[in-house]
Amino acid sequence: MYAQMVKSTGTGVKSREEMSPEEAAFQARIDAGEKIEPKDWMPEGYRKTLIRQIGQHAHSEIVGQLPEGNWITRAPTLERKAILLAKVQDEAGHGLYLYCAAETLGVSRDEMTEMLLDGRMKYSSIFNYPTLTWADMGAVGWLVDGAAIMNQVPLQRTSFGPYSRAMIRVCKEESFHQRQGFDIMMKMAKGNAQQKAMAQDALNRFWYPALMMFGPSDKDSVHSAQSMAWRIKMNTNDELRQKFVDQTVPQAEFLGLSVPDENLKWNEEKGGYDFSEPDWEEFFEVIKGNGPCNTDRLAARNKAWDDGAWVREGLMAHAEKKRARKMAAE
Amino acid sequence: MAREAAFYEFLLRMGDNTLILGHRVSEWCGHAPVLEEDIALANTALDLIGQTQMWLGLAAEVQGAGKTADDLAFLRDAWDFRNLLLVEMPNGDFGQTLMRQFLFDAWHVLQLRALTASSDDRVAAIAAKAVKEATYHLDRSAETVIGLGDGTEESHARMQAALDYLYPYVGEMFLSDAVDAALVEAGIAPDPAALRAEFDATLARVLSEATLTLPAANRARGGGRNGKMHTEHLGHLLTTMQWMQRAYPGATW
Amino acid sequence: MKTEWPLWEIFIRGQHGLSHRHVGSLHAPDAEMAIKNARDVYTRRNEGVSIWVVEAAAITASSPSDKGPMYEPSESKVYRHPSFYDIPDDVGAM
Repeated sequence: MYAQMVKSTGTGVKSREEMSPEEAAFQARIDAGEKIEPKDWMPEGYRKTLIRQIGQHAHSEIVGQLPEGNWITRAPTLERKAILLAKVQDEAGHGLYLYCAAETLGVSRDEMTEMLLDGRMKYSSIFNYPTLTWADMGAVGWLVDGAAIMNQVPLQRTSFGPYSRAMIRVCKEESFHQRQGFDIMMKMAKGNAQQKAMAQDALNRFWYPALMMFGPSDKDSVHSAQSMAWRIKMNTNDELRQKFVDQTVPQAEFLGLSVPDENLKWNEEKGGYDFSEPDWEEFFEVIKGNGPCNTDRLAARNKAWDDGAWVREGLMAHAEKKRARKMAAE
Repeated sequence: MAREAAFYEFLLRMGDNTLILGHRVSEWCGHAPVLEEDIALANTALDLIGQTQMWLGLAAEVQGAGKTADDLAFLRDAWDFRNLLLVEMPNGDFGQTLMRQFLFDAWHVLQLRALTASSDDRVAAIAAKAVKEATYHLDRSAETVIGLGDGTEESHARMQAALDYLYPYVGEMFLSDAVDAALVEAGIAPDPAALRAEFDATLARVLSEATLTLPAANRARGGGRNGKMHTEHLGHLLTTMQWMQRAYPGATW
Repeated sequence: MKTEWPLWEIFIRGQHGLSHRHVGSLHAPDAEMAIKNARDVYTRRNEGVSIWVVEAAAITASSPSDKGPMYEPSESKVYRHPSFYDIPDDVGAM
């Protein structure tokens, strides 16, 4: 779904004069819009930042299965059940594509998984919020996928070839995710009073966490500048957040729901909405592990991984036996 | 038994099997041992849910009471369900889930293959679509059962335990009753007992490759497909599955 | 026990008559499971009619540092392209 870069490696952008000839040639290729491929020379910082970013992104997809997976067994109709299952399955697929992209940088999927499980690597803060009612399936699709798509569409043009190709596939598949969420919201907003109240409640709870998905304001961040120079980050956090608000507010109006922000106001001069910042203190608490669901999310991932060990080992052992038998027969 | 009543029962049996098993398999989403299996399990569940929509849709049509597939799925209680006990058994570990899947698939493919020749065109059409899905499910579940049975000592032991736990529920798939007799006479569906020999052959082949031992055959545990006696597991599954429709009667989602 | 499943590269023929195209990778214990996993992972939207799988470790790739000697010499062989030749319109389709 989306990786939130809170920290990155590197110490600001080097000027051309400070760069080694290799670095300068590398930067020139990026500036010319060329794609960097796994076997090409690349600065260590580029490799490390990418592993972290793609890894976080992949982890977000995998942990992101949990809040929506929470409702697959309770979906209200057979069709909703199928749609939600297909959607959450897509998230697993997206995690898979992204892990593969990171693997081309010399880190294995199991290594990255272990770093997620023991807390060395992070995932998007949004998935540490609970899904309490069916309306949350609407809100997550509409707002969370909406925010994710906003970030992912530009990443299709990112400089690292495997990442860019993974994002193209992800974006193609994800085009239905936000729509199915909005579709759920429409049904509920036009439904009975209870349904409408449920939809409003979901919007109230997910609005600010969705705004947090773009990360803290990055106007002073040198790390962000380096990532942008390397074209592994395509827009600033604030740009994307503004774009998200401008796109989403009219949609909420269409639904007849109100965005939970008293300061929300159209600003003619900037051609966009003025809006309240999310509670950044809460954001950093969630990132640190102190959100409503952090413990449960990681426990669920750890359990799946630990319980699955015998399966992974069993199938591998069988494959080896089969290979040995085949060789003995030849 | 009157033909229409028997036909309705039969459609519930088909649709409830896929509904309950599809639900069980969907419980895995996000929790499987490895990403590739997570995705594969979801595909299986999606196929089964799709088949449910067709079988229960037709059941509602045949019933003629103005109901929908959703009404039948979400607003009947445990005693109305006509699924095999096998499919309502809990997921257990991944091995138990895959063993249950394999045992069901091995029967399901035979049943659907026979149904493609049904005298009822609607049944034949649903079966023609479903049999392709079920054939892949069987391919995959059989290969996984073999892989885990013939894997490590631990995976072998777990698969044997899964087989021992689930095998008593296999017999129910081949018990014939008055409903079946009426369907056979109308040329709609095969006699369940007639599928046993081929099922046993598939089982023998796969279990031998998996180095697993078939447990001694006890009296078949039945009661699911005729609704006389389900397990306690079904009620809990329904409580979860039907929650929304029960809590908000008449709402559209 | 450390037993990460090997990585496989997946190639899919999208339609009859087209060649197989690299679509991505996945993990599987062996080739048979890799085919099945590829079916489940990469053809969920009706994307294929045929699948090839190759263990990633079995692929030999050209080295990027050889780029000059490997690919540039062909740049100057312009006479291999039909547009190099000026054929009068009167000749008709060729």
